[in-house]
Amino acid sequence: MSPKIHLIRNDEHSVLCGLKRGKTSLRCSVFFLRFILGAGLLWGCFSPTSADTGTTENIVEQINRRIYESWQENEVIPSPPCSDGKWCRRVYLDVLGRIPSIKELNEFVGDRSPDKKTRLVNLLLSDRYDQEYARNWTTIWTNILIGRSGGTERRTRTNRDGMRQYLHESLLHNKPYNQLVYELISARGTSKPDADNFNGAVNFLAMKLDEEAVQATAKTAQLFMGIRVQCTQCHPHPFNSWKQNQFWELNAFFRQTVALRRFEGGRDIAYIDLQNQDYQGPTGDPQEAEIFYDKRNGERIATYPIFTDSDGTRTELERNGFVDEVNRREELAKLVTKSGYLPVALVNRMWSHFLGLGFTKPFDDMGPHNHPSHPELLQFLGKTFRDSGHDLKELIRWIVLSDAYSRSSRFNSGNIEDDPLLGNPPMFSRYYPRQMLAEELYESLLKATKADKTKSNVAQQNEDKERWLRQFSTAFGTDENDEANTFNGTIPQSLMLFNGDLVKRATSTAPGSFLEQVSNDGNLSNTEKINRLFEAALARKASRQERKWATTIILRNRESVADALQDIWWALLNTNEFILKH
Amino acid sequence: MTLSSPKRSPEMARRHFLQHLAGSSAIAAPAWTLISSLQANATEVRKNKKALILLWMGGGPATIDMWDMKPGSTTGGPFRPIATSADLQICEHLPLMAKQMHHMAIVRSMSTREADHTRGRYYMHTGFVPNPNVEHPSYGALVAQQLEQTRSDLEIPPFISVGGSSIGPGFLGMAYAPFAVDSNGRIRNLKMETEQSRFQERMVLLDRMESRFIGQGRGDAPKEHAKIVKKTERLLTSEQMGAFQVTQEPENMQETYGNTDFGRGCLLARRLVEAGVPIVEVELGGWDTHNNNFTSLETKLPEMDQAMSALVADLNDRGMLDDVAILWLGEFGRTPRINGNAGRDHWARSWSAVVGGAGFKRGIAVGRTSQDGTEVETTPYSSEDLMATVLKSIGIPLDIRFTSANGRPMKIAAGGRPIDELLA
Repeated sequence: MSPKIHLIRNDEHSVLCGLKRGKTSLRCSVFFLRFILGAGLLWGCFSPTSADTGTTENIVEQINRRIYESWQENEVIPSPPCSDGKWCRRVYLDVLGRIPSIKELNEFVGDRSPDKKTRLVNLLLSDRYDQEYARNWTTIWTNILIGRSGGTERRTRTNRDGMRQYLHESLLHNKPYNQLVYELISARGTSKPDADNFNGAVNFLAMKLDEEAVQATAKTAQLFMGIRVQCTQCHPHPFNSWKQNQFWELNAFFRQTVALRRFEGGRDIAYIDLQNQDYQGPTGDPQEAEIFYDKRNGERIATYPIFTDSDGTRTELERNGFVDEVNRREELAKLVTKSGYLPVALVNRMWSHFLGLGFTKPFDDMGPHNHPSHPELLQFLGKTFRDSGHDLKELIRWIVLSDAYSRSSRFNSGNIEDDPLLGNPPMFSRYYPRQMLAEELYESLLKATKADKTKSNVAQQNEDKERWLRQFSTAFGTDENDEANTFNGTIPQSLMLFNGDLVKRATSTAPGSFLEQVSNDGNLSNTEKINRLFEAALARKASRQERKWATTIILRNRESVADALQDIWWALLNTNEFILKH
Repeated sequence: MTLSSPKRSPEMARRHFLQHLAGSSAIAAPAWTLISSLQANATEVRKNKKALILLWMGGGPATIDMWDMKPGSTTGGPFRPIATSADLQICEHLPLMAKQMHHMAIVRSMSTREADHTRGRYYMHTGFVPNPNVEHPSYGALVAQQLEQTRSDLEIPPFISVGGSSIGPGFLGMAYAPFAVDSNGRIRNLKMETEQSRFQERMVLLDRMESRFIGQGRGDAPKEHAKIVKKTERLLTSEQMGAFQVTQEPENMQETYGNTDFGRGCLLARRLVEAGVPIVEVELGGWDTHNNNFTSLETKLPEMDQAMSALVADLNDRGMLDDVAILWLGEFGRTPRINGNAGRDHWARSWSAVVGGAGFKRGIAVGRTSQDGTEVETTPYSSEDLMATVLKSIGIPLDIRFTSANGRPMKIAAGGRPIDELLA
């Protein structure tokens, strides 16, 4: 197909549609024309065939249509699409958590087929990359569910490996998201991999049951329902509509849950066994198993498990505390996974993962107080995700193939207002540059330097990585299990990239290393050697000027090309262009 | 590469730099000697020695059991008040601070509304309630940005956070982000093993690449990165890094501060301020005493008492206390009512903060709470007010206006009014 012809035809079509949509002033229609030119390919965005059919292509079209409408309404001219190389780098980083290898990059860039983007996404989500996909999303979900320091605290009861194993298995088989959440909320069993009755999912709640399960309540609401209710434990929420009673009604679902401590040998807790036990409430009546909370004026209030859905529907369980008769946690798992909250919260989280910002900021603090930037699109995505059977890979396809995801990160004169730093709602008319996560940097350095081909086993590799990551996180040790990450754009990060062991290994010229291979490859000219480094680090070839800069370094180091390449490589790894997703 | 400054002998700087090139550690011993000789010249160097040491009590300390006791009330708990060197009483578990209270002042009428850790930490550090659309600068970033101009010879980061991560620089940018170190002052990845000529070659290429990418109009993130690269380069070649070597202090000094993380952190803070750093934050966490408040405090208070009192006395002995302000606070206080687990929960309505040094009045307690500690009976003070007072005490003018990225003017300390009765 010829993109050029396509463009013209669609432009005319779309301009007419645009005018029909009420833009009557000359200025607006001229503006809209400019918007169309900026938007580039608008294949069939208002075509009559784009009904609610569930194919990937149609869903992507509908996402695009809603995004275009928001650009039009806000008179924003989107940045042009980014280059193939940049798009490829983004997709590898966001789907697999690392940059593409030179080979992977060139396979995509060299692909001449019109549906090459779809093919790449399908490839990354296929069996060929299933282990890498599972590794990356296990890391992401582990950090979401138990934090970066979960399992490394003093006297911890969380088993990080147990959590990882459960997630890896689930993500490898693309377990439907509602099932995943159901299992996390209702999990029973032991936390440690080779213990009897092991169920890694219990690690989500393992440390969240202290002090009347306040954390279990708050995190379940925040992570799976996209609402922050932590402060409603003591008083009505200052902004959203949650009241103190709702917090404790949700909390009452967790009161049958106990984390039994299991010991091996010495006195340290070896692992926990998460179970449900009959609950009789403080007044000792299992038929009326209430919980109490204190209002700020000191008044004590009794309450029972009641779930309030996003539309205000309230579901009250029987007050019975016998597990055999009412399993409160299982009931909660059912209610949460059927709730209106679940899909919307998840798509907002995922959109934020791929586009840098969600439809609300923060993406997990939704509610009437926080109006989304694209309410219709958010609802559409949520509904479509639910209709897909909560298929996480399918959702990734839609987002990655959407037009918003392929925009260049450069401003143009028509979208300088689309800058999150200005505090404006995001329009997604450009890709917002942002730092790689520490985990992504680690994997990328390994990939770029082929250091991932080491002989050590997977467990050892994971341990090395976890140790390396720990230097960048600090736990606050409060009842909210907060932690801070000192990685992003800080001097310690810069010091690590200047002098750290990982970078020393990545810039090694020892036999078998990436640099040694490039420098000793007799088939490569100096220019080709320079391009190899640029492709490996930045997913593009060197510009003419950059080639000149790099060549100067090679010529100045006549004795050792490897040393010269090492200097160039070091500089590339330290650039903003490397560390940023853009 | 910035190697020397007008106030330092170029020979010494070069000699030190050459040691780097020879592959020695960036915090080699001679650096310490050099800092000492700078101290001997203190009067010359001391143009503006104003600084702030912020002691952050993460988790929200039970100030009702420390600085504003309520003996005889049902909310009072088991601890007894004791007399101090000022005309006020504090907790029996703070006997060393009791001897330093003539240097300090207590604000007993803090009254705020953020009783959630994340929100409270943000609010007490910035003076602003969290807002999804703008990130505000913290004490650290503000003081660093304001006083940095008076420290043209400072080569290490102007805002150092010891034992915690503080709060980010907000719209002031990553150049004022907290530089986080542990209480031993250890910094990873300082050792540079590249010879100078090659290092320079690398930096030239890096600089060109950074500028090229910045020039492509992708917003602030690429620019911020380039600034941090410059700061890192400067730090790597600075002999001021010796200030981090807290173990170089005489043993008796280390003992006075206490063999604890917080003790070393406070000692490190003094060393850094002496070397010219305008703001150091030292964190002592673990105050979130929902359960067993009193037994927890019995072990926590002595650690805090020893370190904090040593810091006050040491600053005073060195003649630094008139320039250096101390601010002690957490995100909120704790409920006067003692809960069923012998704990106290989050409470922002009536609590205390402690200040001292610089332009503060000494030996007083400002404000009063009701007999059971649940209400402030005098003028209530907010985070904004406290911040305005602290900034004023170190000579930072309060008429400064910032312009946030979206062009909105923003008053320093959110327009808080200084607490006059606290200022000398």
